[in-house]
Amino acid sequence: MQFGIFTVGDVTQDPTTGRTPSENERIKNMVELAIHADQLGLDVVAVGEHHNPPFAAPANPPVLLGNIAAQTKNIILSTATTLITTNDPVRLAEDYAYVQHLADGRVDLMLGRGNTGPVYPWFGKDIREGIPLAIENYALLRRLWTEDNVTWSGKFRSPLQSFTSTPRPLDGVAPFVWHGSIRSPEIAEQAAYYGDGFFHNNIFWPMSHTKQMVQLYRRRFEHYGHGRADQAIVGLGGQVFMRANSQDAVREFRPYFDNAPVYGHGPSLEDFSRETPLTVGSPQQVIERYAAMADDVGDYQRQLFLIDHAGLPQKTVLEQLEILGTQVVPELRKIAAARKPEHVPDAPTHASRVAAAGGARDLTVHGVDDVTGLTAEKDTKEAVR
Amino acid sequence: MTNGSNDVRRIVVIQAGTGQPSSTRLLADRLAGATRDAALERGVDSTVEVIDLRDHAQALAGAVLTGFATGALREALDSVASADAVIAVTPIYQASYSGLFKSFIDVLDEGALRGTPVLMGATAGTARHSLVLEHAMRPLFAYLKAVTVPTAVFAASEDWGAIGGTGDSGASSGLDRRITVAASELADLVAGRAGTRNRTDDFTVPAGFEELLRGA
Repeated sequence: MQFGIFTVGDVTQDPTTGRTPSENERIKNMVELAIHADQLGLDVVAVGEHHNPPFAAPANPPVLLGNIAAQTKNIILSTATTLITTNDPVRLAEDYAYVQHLADGRVDLMLGRGNTGPVYPWFGKDIREGIPLAIENYALLRRLWTEDNVTWSGKFRSPLQSFTSTPRPLDGVAPFVWHGSIRSPEIAEQAAYYGDGFFHNNIFWPMSHTKQMVQLYRRRFEHYGHGRADQAIVGLGGQVFMRANSQDAVREFRPYFDNAPVYGHGPSLEDFSRETPLTVGSPQQVIERYAAMADDVGDYQRQLFLIDHAGLPQKTVLEQLEILGTQVVPELRKIAAARKPEHVPDAPTHASRVAAAGGARDLTVHGVDDVTGLTAEKDTKEAVR
Repeated sequence: MTNGSNDVRRIVVIQAGTGQPSSTRLLADRLAGATRDAALERGVDSTVEVIDLRDHAQALAGAVLTGFATGALREALDSVASADAVIAVTPIYQASYSGLFKSFIDVLDEGALRGTPVLMGATAGTARHSLVLEHAMRPLFAYLKAVTVPTAVFAASEDWGAIGGTGDSGASSGLDRRITVAASELADLVAGRAGTRNRTDDFTVPAGFEELLRGA
């Protein structure tokens, strides 16, 4: 099972000090967080995509992922999420394949429709077309990654004649795709149809709801013939704050909770903790709570935690990461491994996907001059000779 | 959601009065009792469940912010969504239904009241507010695709002390009469249709993915 963190890059005032980080600080902090996560042996770091303040998440996550790739060794780089609705699928195909090369395959991505209404009109799209955009754009994205030469026409972008998206995916294998959705059954259906992963970011939702969405995806995954329902690839979000002594954790986190951008000034910390995966307490409490998630959604493949949010200072965030990496995740890994039946797969990685495809293939497309029939490569050789 | 026991209908009352005692609650109880009686006259047995929104005030504020309802509020919302009839009664504040009442409506699941017979009631200090029922409340329920009964019942303070309620002609046009008429209208709808309203499962995809792909 994979464990990691995700960040949405919110630039939030620290309610205990009144201090708000600058964009520059927040951006550098996210990079630092990713580097530490890699050093601590976490499996995944995922970054959000945003197009409006108060977020310092990249508008195009590969910009940030490329930088992180250069400074990390093992951690898988992912997104939370990549907007499949308002981005041009051609650019997604190109940019994610590019960063996949830079990261030597340590890249996958999570597609979402976005939760900020005005982003649609800002990018010339109609929010009422959210689902159709997600469906058409992803169908094209897949073709661009799997076919060298794409002739295509659809409803939402200009047609393509003989288009080759470059670079071709590393080793001939496209990045694995997760589809993230909170409440749209169509997206669970989409993930199931393609046999892709389904990620339910349940951090603001009760488990009863999460469970229904995951069950729908599992049922449909089996329906489309990708395997048994319990072999579907599921990811969940999570939210924790830990101190050795649970009372200390509650005391320290409460002002951040009470003023948090999303749920602040609403339900109490206690109510919200009961209803959502938010767990504020000792590392042992976090282990117990998250080890039990599989009782509700089945053995799943990826657990991502949100730890840098609500204005928590970077020092605290790094402490949280350390507790997560040294005390919590090793235990959760053991528990997950012990309970997972043999036939339930791990989350696909680049290596496992290359193996499944029968080995690495270099799909580099070399341009051929349509008049001389020469390739750029041959031209150069002859010029040298 | 099935009413196993021979079609006993569920009447759910949403009442937004906050006083103790509350004239809104008083009106709600009168409407519920009269509806039960009228349904019984039509050979239909029913149960009445009252949702006092005051009990859910904090949870409603939370649900408005978080986007999901939990605990007793969740149960109340589910109860409304599966009701055979709804009686909705609110005090009039600042020329409209109360904010508490609207907050509850705001967090109802989409389609929760579609096709549900609804009797509307309201209370206020003066009869000058009576058209709020027609100008604010009825459009709200029209938007929700509920089936409102023609008679909405308004009770001003003075109605509670009049013979048969206010009105020159006494019992023939007063509060008692309006309650009876409205309850009969609701009972007609309740008795005239099968119990157990079927809701579409939120998590069923109507079309297979192939169809979604073609539509795109």
